Amino acid sequence: MKFFRYLFIGIIFGITLTKAEIISWYRIYEMFRFQSFHMYGVIGSAVILGVLIIQVIKKTKMKGLDGQPIVIEPKEMGFARYIIGGTIFGAGWALTGACPGPLFILLGNGVGVIAVTILAAVAGTYTYGLLKDKLPH
Amino acid sequence: MKDLIDFISQPWPWYVAGPIISVIMFVLFFLGKRFGISSNLRTICSVLGAGKSCEFFDFDWKSQRWNLVFALGMMIGGAITSMYLTSEDPVQISEATKNDLMALGLGAPKGSMVPDEIFNWEMLLTVKGFIMLVIGGFLVGFGTRYAGGCTSGHAISGLSDLQLPSLIAVVGFFIGGLFVTYLVLPYLLTL
Repeated sequence: MKFFRYLFIGIIFGITLTKAEIISWYRIYEMFRFQSFHMYGVIGSAVILGVLIIQVIKKTKMKGLDGQPIVIEPKEMGFARYIIGGTIFGAGWALTGACPGPLFILLGNGVGVIAVTILAAVAGTYTYGLLKDKLPH
Repeated sequence: MKDLIDFISQPWPWYVAGPIISVIMFVLFFLGKRFGISSNLRTICSVLGAGKSCEFFDFDWKSQRWNLVFALGMMIGGAITSMYLTSEDPVQISEATKNDLMALGLGAPKGSMVPDEIFNWEMLLTVKGFIMLVIGGFLVGFGTRYAGGCTSGHAISGLSDLQLPSLIAVVGFFIGGLFVTYLVLPYLLTL
């Protein structure tokens, strides 16, 4: 079953974000208060290694498991959608202390009420879909 | 074996977590996928039939099944950790943060990842709880799709690929996050 590999990667991700306290509301509050290096260390080291990985993928024209070269599509150019959408998400991140990954992981950790927050996030995404054509991008 | 479990059960430092996240991003690229968790929220809308009423959700969501399985794995990972890899240590935030939280009437972390005073069912019916858990969730869902990604898609994958749009999005994450942390939470938490 090819889906098993994604389940396995997800389990590793869930354990990592829990043990490093990235799913903690307290850690996100602390990050936005600039009172610890922890979250900056997590994201910073992930990005520094990530830059190296992507450079290697591109320079060596690395092939994926299916034998096709790995193609990383650039993000669509734009400004308004990134700054406005990013700001809205940032506000939600600071309130809930969770970005989408941690929402799922917190539910697994037994924080039951987060199920309501996930439903609210689904409703938020649905609302964006309805308003999409009226918003500046 | 017990020593190993005890070792793993300590809180993990940033220099362990960060590189694991990069490796996960790489493995997903290698498997022909893209690291982006907020896409699941759109997929869930489609699974629930939103494609009938809104074109944005009318896509082949079956191609995103792997990502839902990935999210299910994350939940299982959280459950495994909370059952078998727990440590006695409360969340290791700085003394300065503990003092700030105390001043806002919220105690230092005790054993839970989240402030239990807020993250419970009764609080949903209060202004504080509703804004933090429901409005907050709504903003996460709306904002991530508007910006075309969340922490995984923009802050990790996008910045790793030196994408300017992702940098703009991350600046936005901080504008919103700092606004709420400095200008909203002090009032909200003391309600």
